[in-house]
Amino acid sequence: MGLVIRKPGVYTSIQDNGRFGYQGSGFSTNGVMDHRAYVIANLLVENDPDAPVLEFALAGPMLRFTTKTIIAITGADFAATIDGEPVPRYAAIMVKRGSILRFGAAKTGCYGYLAIAGGSVRVPEVMGSRSTNLKCEFGGWKGRTLITGDYLPFVTKGVDFLPNLGSHRIDPDPFYGFEEDEIAVRVVPGPQEDMFTEAGIETFYSQPYTTTTKCDRMGYRLDGTEIETKHGSDIISDGISFGAVQVPSHGRPIIMLADRQTTGGYAKIGTIATVDIPKLVQRPPGRRVRFEAITVQQAQELLREEARQFEMLALKVRRPSADGISPRRTARRLTPILEKQAMKTQADTLWIDRADRAERVGSRNALHYENSADANGNDRDNGKDRIA
Amino acid sequence: MAGFSITIAGDSALNLEFAHAISPETSAKIRLAAENLTADPIEGITELVPTFCSLMVYYNPLTITFDELSARLRGKLRDVGEADLSVRKIVQIPVCYGGEYGPDLANVARHAGLTEREVVDVHTAHDYLIDMLGFLPGFAYLGGLDPRLHTPRLATPRTRIEPGSVGIGGEQTGIYPLASPGGWQIIGRTPLRPYDPDREEPILYAAGEYLRFVPITPDEYAAIEQQLAANTYEYQIFVEDE
Repeated sequence: MGLVIRKPGVYTSIQDNGRFGYQGSGFSTNGVMDHRAYVIANLLVENDPDAPVLEFALAGPMLRFTTKTIIAITGADFAATIDGEPVPRYAAIMVKRGSILRFGAAKTGCYGYLAIAGGSVRVPEVMGSRSTNLKCEFGGWKGRTLITGDYLPFVTKGVDFLPNLGSHRIDPDPFYGFEEDEIAVRVVPGPQEDMFTEAGIETFYSQPYTTTTKCDRMGYRLDGTEIETKHGSDIISDGISFGAVQVPSHGRPIIMLADRQTTGGYAKIGTIATVDIPKLVQRPPGRRVRFEAITVQQAQELLREEARQFEMLALKVRRPSADGISPRRTARRLTPILEKQAMKTQADTLWIDRADRAERVGSRNALHYENSADANGNDRDNGKDRIA
Repeated sequence: MAGFSITIAGDSALNLEFAHAISPETSAKIRLAAENLTADPIEGITELVPTFCSLMVYYNPLTITFDELSARLRGKLRDVGEADLSVRKIVQIPVCYGGEYGPDLANVARHAGLTEREVVDVHTAHDYLIDMLGFLPGFAYLGGLDPRLHTPRLATPRTRIEPGSVGIGGEQTGIYPLASPGGWQIIGRTPLRPYDPDREEPILYAAGEYLRFVPITPDEYAAIEQQLAANTYEYQIFVEDE
């Protein structure tokens, strides 16, 4: 009971927060490119924050559900449809068994995410993570991107209920600036800013840079004015963090991302503030970016703000709401329970009659009836006798 | 412990920089700092990445801020003491040199003006310090290749080098942990898998440890391969105190 890939899309893989603790042995962290969209997707279906998701780029997959479940789609807009009907992003949606979810090409942004309620797809944890390591071919689904015919089982089959489902939606995230010609991305200077001339640093923070077609999970190569170094850009290899801005000898920045190598020998003028990495990775080729220096203290305050935002969001989506209550659904769920109760009570009496009688006997007795039936579970006949 | 400086690598990592040149002393200091932080962790540190001259410390800024962590690290690592270089952990790597496993041994010998036998003797004459791991899982950057064996890379890189291949590229020597393209002169191959995702410790060695290459015959190579397959091979790992 899970999903079957009909068409794989581009670079569709299983990712989570990433694999930590093995960079010292040369393993990339992997994990999602857009952490913000990932967190929100899991939050909308009430998964653990580190549950795996399907990540896809530029053109999304087509897949069929072999069981009912609840999903959420976040990140870029891939014009998703279920059985031909458009589906909203940033909302928990019920999906019927046999439904076909189809993503098109990205209309905005680059990366899309699909979260599945009940703990997502069932893939083994390898070295503390369920992310796919494509280079070493392990983790995720068989260590590779998904292909047509793959059948991915779910952790929980047949999920058909989340309390207050109607609240599990937010407005598509204005954070990214998808419509803007140019976005500002904040950068914490270092660790090798001192390898660059003052003019070079000035260039980096004042000139626009554009994303290119050489952008993937490993890194984003940007085009723009050459950044001047003092004596070339070779350093003794050291560690590369997520979002590090390497400037090789050609003078144009490469932003190191989820599948980056763990160490490298080019000077890094700065590191993108973690909260702004999603903004950058969602820039399709040929779009402008401008860099803005902030302190590490400011970047960490932004992270705390983001964490508070996620907490608020979690509260908001779980809040009861009027549009979450569907009379038809409620009736459908209640009918079999009530019918069963009625059968046990008295073959020839409908539950409504009994409720009426209870009403007549008095609210205190009725309450007593409820309690005794609850406590004893199958003690309905006694309850009836007492009322009668 | 001699001083280090702290550089900022974004909002979730920092570098402890111990020196600006590669040396066994620097390597030992980095290892000592890493051991200290592993044995008695500071809450919020998520991962340590030792490199040639620095130790990258990844941390969760929601648990500990840059300012708090820097202050704690400065205090904690002030009195760790001098690195003890006399204790070495050595991982023995059996290597079948030349022939099918080392197609470029003759190249290296010609370039060095030595016989193939002599190249093997020089290559196995001393242990190699692992300065750091990087590039590929289990790819060890080794210090101290004898200058006589320095050999330029192949003019045309091979599209596939078998895992376990031992090569020389310029002034460096090392083992390819995974099948990968590469331009190093391949002088031999080990039946051991430096990287094995199914082993309890996927990577056979760590930065700060030493590799000891030991020549074996093709028959011994086959025997070790069988033992590995049957899970009966005993890895030769020693601690030597000089």
